[in-house]
Amino acid sequence: MRRLDLPLKNRDMRSLKAGQRLLLSGTVYTARDAAHKILVGLLKSRKRPPIPLKGIAVYYAGPTPARPGRVIGSCGPTTSSRMDGFTPALLKAGVKIMIGKGRRSAKVKEAIKRYKAVYFLAPAGCGALLSKKITKKKAVAYKDLGPEAIYKLEVEDFPVIVGIDPKGRDV
Amino acid sequence: MRQVKTSAISDLISRLCIEANVRLRPDMRKAIRTALKKEKNTGAKSALGLLLENAAIACTDRIAICQDTGLVVVFMDIGQEVRIAGGPLKQAVDRGVRDGYRNGYLRKSVVFSPIARKNTKTNTPAILHTAVTPGNKIKIWVMPKGFGSENKSAMTMLNPSDGERGIIDFVVDTVKKAGPEACPPFVLGIGIGGTFDYAAYLAKKSLLRRIDRKNPDKKLAALEKKILNAVNNLNLGPMGLGGKTTALGVNILSYATHIAGLPVAVNMNCHATRSAYGVI
Repeated sequence: MRRLDLPLKNRDMRSLKAGQRLLLSGTVYTARDAAHKILVGLLKSRKRPPIPLKGIAVYYAGPTPARPGRVIGSCGPTTSSRMDGFTPALLKAGVKIMIGKGRRSAKVKEAIKRYKAVYFLAPAGCGALLSKKITKKKAVAYKDLGPEAIYKLEVEDFPVIVGIDPKGRDV
Repeated sequence: MRQVKTSAISDLISRLCIEANVRLRPDMRKAIRTALKKEKNTGAKSALGLLLENAAIACTDRIAICQDTGLVVVFMDIGQEVRIAGGPLKQAVDRGVRDGYRNGYLRKSVVFSPIARKNTKTNTPAILHTAVTPGNKIKIWVMPKGFGSENKSAMTMLNPSDGERGIIDFVVDTVKKAGPEACPPFVLGIGIGGTFDYAAYLAKKSLLRRIDRKNPDKKLAALEKKILNAVNNLNLGPMGLGGKTTALGVNILSYATHIAGLPVAVNMNCHATRSAYGVI
């Protein structure tokens, strides 16, 4: 299977086609409902977000706590469509990659095309298996939100399918 | 009168919370294995294979099958010859859930208010359904309910003349709308009859039945089969990648209803349909 490093090079980004299976390695940031709402609020009021947004990969996930001696608990994707309303603003601010589960809205698809971003599908309901693909975890913002905090994760050979490619083609 | 201490109830619920979240129910594992043998679609086969691998890792490493360890729903049958001692029952239930979610490294996914949305950090309060039954035992079922699927649940008040056809159409439509984000292959919990609220309660409760056990009511068993076939013809498949396995099981509970009504509730459940049972 094809392996790609994050952040994606322009050449790699252009080569993506909906339906392709890939293994990703590199940095991803978790963010779900509450974090999205805060981040987009900050962008609207022209304040600086607590993480750099340019070129990053956002993983829609809220992990279970790690057992002692482990990096992380169960960490699979959550439903992406709940983030749809916030997504165009984040792509405009430079986010290039989204990882989640399920369908996206027409507006998100348009924004993916416009900003040459990509939406990956991670295997839904396989949080235990995916926890083995995560080698580092650090809470970087909104720790008081518990599972909804933003975590910086290092992933290795994290399995995904291209859901919507930069040309806007949907699997 | 047999006396049961609330501390025993808390301890059992704590254990059941962990058990339900890390060990996939044997009927679910069996159904996924069977589906894997039957599927011809390669995408579906690989998705089902991942689900079994995921369940095995969760069980060995004692980590949650899915990171959404749910809002906890507790069903409790309390024998009418039991006296509960040691404080309020609901507090004992919530204490059990709090301990289980802390000791089991499970995610705390509950907010105090649906409007203000501040996390309670304990995964409590739980939802408790009690029934008073004959005997001197307390039977407890713990069902952690994930919201990827819960969000796609639906209920309707059909006309009596809509009949079986109307029920099947509504369920199929609900599954279509649920789509890949509700984590197929599904288990469909269906409540038919009663009132608006009672149909939804039945839909939830029906999910406690092992999916390899036949419905004792022959007519409902036949309806379950029809619904399962209709849903599996949608070609949604495991993780929405196509295939014949859109649902692994359909469980129906029904109750008497009004001459003017036919309430139907569909509680969507994912491939990690979780519950654990214990008795005191």
